[in-house]
Amino acid sequence: MSAETKLRLTRETLLGLLRQMTRVRRFEEKCDELYQVEKIRGFLHLAIGEEAISTAVMAVLTPEDAVVATYREHGHALVRGVPMRAVMAEMYGKQEGVSRGRGGSMHLFSAAHRFYGGYAIVGGGLPLAGGLALADRMQGKNRVTACFFGEGAAAEGEFHETMNLAALWKLPILFVCENNLYAMGTRLDLSESQTDIHAKAQSYRMASESVDGMDVVAVDAAANRALSAIRAGDGPHFLECKTYRFRAHSMFDPQLYRAKAEVEEWKKRDPIPRLTNWLREAGMLHDKDVEKIEAGVKAEIDDAVAFAEAGKWEPVETLTRDVYAEAAP
Amino acid sequence: MSEITYRDACREAIRDALRRDPRVFLMGEDVGHYGGCYAVSKGLLDEFGPERIRDTPLSESGFTGLGIGAAMNGMRPIVEIMTVNFALLALDQIVNNAATIRHMSGGQFGVPLVIRMATGAGRQLAAQHSHSLEGWFAHIPGLKILAPATLEDARGMLWTALEDPDPVLIFEHVMLYGVSGTLAADAGAVPIDKASIRRSGKDISLITYGGSLPKALKAAEELAAEKIEAEVIDLRTLRPLDDETIMASLARTRRAVIVDEGWRSGGISAEISARIMEQAFWNLDAPVARVCSAEVPIPYPRHLEEAALPQAPAIVAAAKRVMG
Repeated sequence: MSAETKLRLTRETLLGLLRQMTRVRRFEEKCDELYQVEKIRGFLHLAIGEEAISTAVMAVLTPEDAVVATYREHGHALVRGVPMRAVMAEMYGKQEGVSRGRGGSMHLFSAAHRFYGGYAIVGGGLPLAGGLALADRMQGKNRVTACFFGEGAAAEGEFHETMNLAALWKLPILFVCENNLYAMGTRLDLSESQTDIHAKAQSYRMASESVDGMDVVAVDAAANRALSAIRAGDGPHFLECKTYRFRAHSMFDPQLYRAKAEVEEWKKRDPIPRLTNWLREAGMLHDKDVEKIEAGVKAEIDDAVAFAEAGKWEPVETLTRDVYAEAAP
Repeated sequence: MSEITYRDACREAIRDALRRDPRVFLMGEDVGHYGGCYAVSKGLLDEFGPERIRDTPLSESGFTGLGIGAAMNGMRPIVEIMTVNFALLALDQIVNNAATIRHMSGGQFGVPLVIRMATGAGRQLAAQHSHSLEGWFAHIPGLKILAPATLEDARGMLWTALEDPDPVLIFEHVMLYGVSGTLAADAGAVPIDKASIRRSGKDISLITYGGSLPKALKAAEELAAEKIEAEVIDLRTLRPLDDETIMASLARTRRAVIVDEGWRSGGISAEISARIMEQAFWNLDAPVARVCSAEVPIPYPRHLEEAALPQAPAIVAAAKRVMG
């Protein structure tokens, strides 16, 4: 750990990271529960096991930066600061939802947080993120766009087109690959001739790094380095974060493609106990801290569920709103 | 008034937009150093520089998506896709992103993007450079689809499209680029939500757009020689369709022929015909007829290409059949 990283990672910051990861974990668990009782419908993709990545990257972004995410983005929105109430109401499809209920779990958007959305076509968010960064550069704004995607996206043409354009035009963008080893149920080595994802970015002459995505401190340090370089005008950077999804791809997935033992093996690297233990050993965390975090998160989730329950269904008369802007020339 | 081509009018529209609004930039394959595949953007790189006239790699999905993102973040990009055939490589960005983001985000984000592309046949370019797929795009809620057929529209639709808060696709027919005529020196922005009656007539309505407009006008001339007064409607905008102008014309003429370079099956001509059935059935004196492209990938040899496309004689023949 560099001196700079140590300096930044005060006890307060570290507890903040732990709190955010816990928020996301408990939120996802609650969503699972709500799905079983059919409060949440459609597809639901949980990021349990992958919380360290969004938590660490968001921690080093500023409110002026932009975020583009995928359909597994509840955590990204929450850590970015989108209120849990509005996120949960979106899960329910209520009009108080962050996207008025029109998007659901896969399409959380929040203009106020420059959260440019969850995109559910794999690879489809990358070119759009490149455009956000291009606009920032053309307008002389020193802002960065963080673009999240899974390793499955690396098989899409849009991934390669965007890598090339971003590197060619030196766009201020941080690519964050959440490599959880499975594109839905297809293991990386069954779908890619080159399984080293970060090398693909390097082939476009882009600065690229592979990092342990189960270690929030490591991701934080790598993201911070990358962002500093991007802000200094170094062009795009690529972070491949190696992680694992502890739960099924979606709620319809019986997980025939992987062994239970493999899941159990990865659970030993769970980012939350990992940080918790590290903090305890360093004498920075006590039982009462954990209790306080858990109690705070539980209260927030209970409040968000109550808010979503009390939310309203949009009247059917408004069905076709927001297809076009109301005021066209 | 000055004598210019449709191509010049397109270029003037882009130049004017670049001058008027610093947020506007042009991006696409060969738009800069080459001067545009159809020479539309010739000279603009020298005038505006590489930041605003951006040559892109052959990455239709990539640069169209970049246009979407840039539009969401304060810019007003004009993306040029060389031809509609290549736009199929960008369908994900156009259909899954540009058209959906306003709705999916509950109205928080819009995509004020303009995508220009060439369409249509007539240059013996065979089956991968000659198709007319604008009708497909007109199927998609969230998009607006324009087809300028005149110098005024080539000059004036772009600015209005750039002012629109939603994604607008402009289809320029390849056979129109060389058409010349006069354009008022002060020609400027035109509305993009109304069809236009290019010739008035009381006996039959010829409903068309884009590259088929000159053919329909020619057919109307020939029909006039046989005492059939055809009204020619230039749709101008394929989405949203201006039902009002179509139905008002039919209330007068009671007969219609739809001319579309797209294929008949499942095309925009089918949509227009269905709307006439829904809204003007009781005004009709005869079934609606259609003149469309033959159901074949456009072939290379001149005589076969011509045979595949709607032509004035076929329009005249269809009109006469409808007249009885």
